Amino acid sequence: MNNVIIQQAPYDPWRLLAEFQRQRFGDSAEYGATAVFTGTMRDFNEGDPVRAMTLEHYPGMTETQLQRLIDTAKNRWDVIDCLVVHRVGDIQPAETIVVTAAWSAHRNAAFEACRFLIEELKHNAPFWKKERLADGRQRWVERNTAG
Amino acid sequence: MITIRYFASLREQLGKAREEIEPAAGMTALDAWKSANAGSVPPDNVLVAINQSYASLDSPVDSGDEVAFFPPVTGG
Repeated sequence: MNNVIIQQAPYDPWRLLAEFQRQRFGDSAEYGATAVFTGTMRDFNEGDPVRAMTLEHYPGMTETQLQRLIDTAKNRWDVIDCLVVHRVGDIQPAETIVVTAAWSAHRNAAFEACRFLIEELKHNAPFWKKERLADGRQRWVERNTAG
Repeated sequence: MITIRYFASLREQLGKAREEIEPAAGMTALDAWKSANAGSVPPDNVLVAINQSYASLDSPVDSGDEVAFFPPVTGG
């Protein structure tokens, strides 16, 4: 499985993680720690109820940026492997938008790398959210939440 | 030719996603924007990529390059 997955179709993050881990590690016990972040679409933002969202990206650059983040994480921490998954297109509340995960021998590297991946993704990966509000208005999300 | 691409709110505001312009000697990304947009300047918070890597408005651009302009990113 690829380390960077960008897809339109909804997915179950836990199934996908299990599948990646099985394919990547099989019966190997080289990792002792797995850290996972999942980001789910809320049904509210900035005080307004949100009905749906469209996620735009920059095909090619987005994948390249995410791969660079993984390469950086692997250089910076003693992680064995990482996974980044991100939806594009139309998304409904309660659907998973993003997964970042890191596998390492010990927990610190996995936690640090997983956090790095989601924070850097939010600041650097070319994705843009457009919300459809309950009152019918549409608006581009102009900034990420602080954390 | 230089290919210019616009994304997200910038694409909607400008009403165009992609166009091509003639390169000129010593051209920067900002020059490319001005050439394509009647001399106007891009928004203060614009992000620039050249050939799908982050760059800046004063980065040089040349024939065959793809220059992209987009607003702050909001993924995750």
